Amino acid sequence: MNAWIIAALLLVLLSLSYSLGWSKAKAFASGSATATRAHSRPQYHGARLAIWTLVPAIAVLVVWGLFGEAISRSYIMGLLPADMTSQTGPALETAIQRVRSIASGFGVAGELAPYEQDAGDALSQFNLMATLLVVLAAAGLGIAGLLIARSRITPRLRARNQVERVVGILLLACSAVAILTTVGIVVSLLTEALRFFSFVNPLDFFFGTVWQPGFSTTSNAASGGYGILPLLWGTIMVSAIAMLVALPVGLMSAIWLNQYAPARIRGLVKPVIEILAGIPTIVYGFFALVTVGPFLAGFGDAIGIDIRATSALTAGVVMGVMIIPFISSLSDDILNQVPRAMRDGAYGLGATQSETIRNVLIPAALPGIVGAFLLAVSRAIGETMIVVLAAGNAPILRANPFEPTSTVTVSIVNQLTGDTDFAGPQSLVAFALGLTLFAMTLVLNIVALYIVRRFREQYE
Amino acid sequence: MSDTTLTSGQTSPGAATKERVRAGLGRRHRGEAIFRGIGIAAVVLALGFVAILFTTIISKGLPSFQQSKLHMEVFFDPAVIDVGPAPEHQAGQSDADYHAASLKWQRDLALVNWNRIVEDAIRRAAPEGFEIDSRQALSIPETSERHTLREQFVRDPGLLGQTVPVTLLASANVDNWLKGTIDRSLGDGQQQLSAPARELADIFAQNGTITRDFAWTLFFNVDSRAAPAAAGLAGAFMGSVYMMLVVIVLAVPIGVASAIYLEEFAPKTHLTDLIEVNINNLAAVPSIVFGLLGAAVFINVLHLPLSAPFVGGLVLTLMTLPTIIIATRAALKGVPPSLRQAALGMGASKTQMVFHHVLPVTFPSILTATIIGVAQALGETAPLLLIGMNAFVAAVPATPMDQATALPVQIYLWQGNENRNFFEARTSAAIMVLLALMITLNAIAIFLRSRLEKRA
Repeated sequence: MNAWIIAALLLVLLSLSYSLGWSKAKAFASGSATATRAHSRPQYHGARLAIWTLVPAIAVLVVWGLFGEAISRSYIMGLLPADMTSQTGPALETAIQRVRSIASGFGVAGELAPYEQDAGDALSQFNLMATLLVVLAAAGLGIAGLLIARSRITPRLRARNQVERVVGILLLACSAVAILTTVGIVVSLLTEALRFFSFVNPLDFFFGTVWQPGFSTTSNAASGGYGILPLLWGTIMVSAIAMLVALPVGLMSAIWLNQYAPARIRGLVKPVIEILAGIPTIVYGFFALVTVGPFLAGFGDAIGIDIRATSALTAGVVMGVMIIPFISSLSDDILNQVPRAMRDGAYGLGATQSETIRNVLIPAALPGIVGAFLLAVSRAIGETMIVVLAAGNAPILRANPFEPTSTVTVSIVNQLTGDTDFAGPQSLVAFALGLTLFAMTLVLNIVALYIVRRFREQYE
Repeated sequence: MSDTTLTSGQTSPGAATKERVRAGLGRRHRGEAIFRGIGIAAVVLALGFVAILFTTIISKGLPSFQQSKLHMEVFFDPAVIDVGPAPEHQAGQSDADYHAASLKWQRDLALVNWNRIVEDAIRRAAPEGFEIDSRQALSIPETSERHTLREQFVRDPGLLGQTVPVTLLASANVDNWLKGTIDRSLGDGQQQLSAPARELADIFAQNGTITRDFAWTLFFNVDSRAAPAAAGLAGAFMGSVYMMLVVIVLAVPIGVASAIYLEEFAPKTHLTDLIEVNINNLAAVPSIVFGLLGAAVFINVLHLPLSAPFVGGLVLTLMTLPTIIIATRAALKGVPPSLRQAALGMGASKTQMVFHHVLPVTFPSILTATIIGVAQALGETAPLLLIGMNAFVAAVPATPMDQATALPVQIYLWQGNENRNFFEARTSAAIMVLLALMITLNAIAIFLRSRLEKRA
């Protein structure tokens, strides 16, 4: 059915119902004010009427949208000869498509089978009837709703309350989306992960030291190793390197900008550092691949250490750069919250600025900094594109950060990219990995939020 | 009194302390300087990263904005193009039959040896007596250019037998050679182009047959596998635009509505507390998990099409929602209570108070939060990989349900291309386009915030 016709129909119904309700209410609103004072303003009567009209009409259209395709298909099946409908597969689909093409007036190339022209004609009539019927039903129900609701309009009618109740329901429905998302994440991860665990023993998954998901083409059975430990280790190693870069640089630049920097320089430097936060991670990945990796490898050559261009180190360093603004802006907030009196007390005792910062400011801000640190770790664990490009994808359990490694997120991408046939363990394992990742970041986030919140309340 | 005790007696404890303090002062001042130095070093390091990142991307990407092009006379040789006239729609013919006939004509055209025509044009442009075999000659224009000629002919069959000036893309290898991104001193075995082709390319560059023009193809072409020089961003750009539209249409109303509900209407119960914790957590869920959600629910359960910007937009919407909800709630919290009380005092209902009085005040904040959320979604890659948006698509999507890719995914695809010294520049150029888009969005956000908040 033509979407424009429907949109026009709905628009007509909307304006019609709104103006009808408005004008009827307007009549008694402008009438004698002494007899009965209207409860609601005319706009609300209009809106109420519009709701009463549009809801049934849209309901009809939604039902047709859901089942229309199936109904027209079964109608075509009835038109086709029996020997065609008994078989399934591409031949039947082609036949149905041909009938549809004829019905649409476009026609098909070549000779027509004897039944096809008749079927096409019948279908085009059926389509016309169905469209008319649906439009009539939608318009009819809408107008019925309109008439019934309009007959109820009286000055005493609490139209505003009705409209506001509908608005309230809509608002509630919208905030349910966030809940539904969480539920969707948990349910989809859990169900698919459970299906994966029907192929692979959870013990082998959580305690296995070999990650080598084999692609068995003949069956859906698991072949190869599905141990998550190499991936977890890689994740931890990359995140640790990232934090080793981000924490000192982020914290020290926050301290400098907060305590030492002249206001003008602070106003200039802070946004520039925050640019780092807005850069897409794929850009960081490319940067790691073409600049940082070769640089680190060359640097390793110069000092006699074998550093690979794509390694845990490369990914970690670049990820650290990505996290710097995150740490520095959170630390900045937290430093701002330390009361001035504490600083002034230290100065009064003759402490230098750095002594005040080290012995008073940082201890006071420590819980907040720990919270920021944990949030940053959770970010590092969940980061994908940098490690996909720069970590080298070698899921092997080894301690040397100069060698390629792999992480949980990289393996999720590798296992699921371009393959959404969730039949075998090769793709389902992505959900088990995702579940692990989700659980890890969830715990970190909850702990971090708890710490940050507790700390915020201390000085208020 | 204390002064006298301090200055007179050498044995007094005050003097000893003073002495100790003085002795340690140098060390403490050094410590101060070092600490301050570390702070400055950290800031310089962070700024240095920004500088290096941008100079790398820009210096690598700039050459890609120029493209070598061949300006030649092409003869549409009737001896080679032997297909008969284009079919016309006759009376009484069904649409399908005409479509079939026209497809057959185009198929015949596809079988024409367009390479011959290209090769002839190159030989005609080459200096008299220049020796070059046909494979070598054909390595100068991009392989896609024979299709360009065919399309030109399809549009205008009257070209048959005519000689017309045509501008063709030079191949990626010629482009590299002329731009110097390939080491010219390498031996024949390591060069992508044969010696005569390199020589001819140099001659063409000198006599103006090859010029370096602005690379419009980068913006107006779609991705191409066989013809790197013709690969462009148009498809990815449209895919990103569709996704942004979906995010704006869905995430903004839903996010603002749920923020309004939570902040203004929801009773303060354990349930709403749970919702709040839940939204904060959602904001910190790794983006790839949203990709898993999309793959499992939208693709596997709801059977929405793979690689469609609509599905990508849905996933990004779910990802952006928490950002918008949190920002809108913060904005609503910032509205002074007196405004609400005044509205309620005038007899407004709670809904009227919220929608007529509180919400308009928060528009600037909501708007900026929206733009920042959209910019974030624009740069997201990982979840899109899981719903198949990294598939190779050689068409500009006409609707959000068509197969498409997105700018960041295009960057991912190009960085993995084997033709490194050509595609490294292409990737950088694509990154520049993406970053320019994001910076524009952020600039708009900043501008709107400063503009609207002043008025409010």
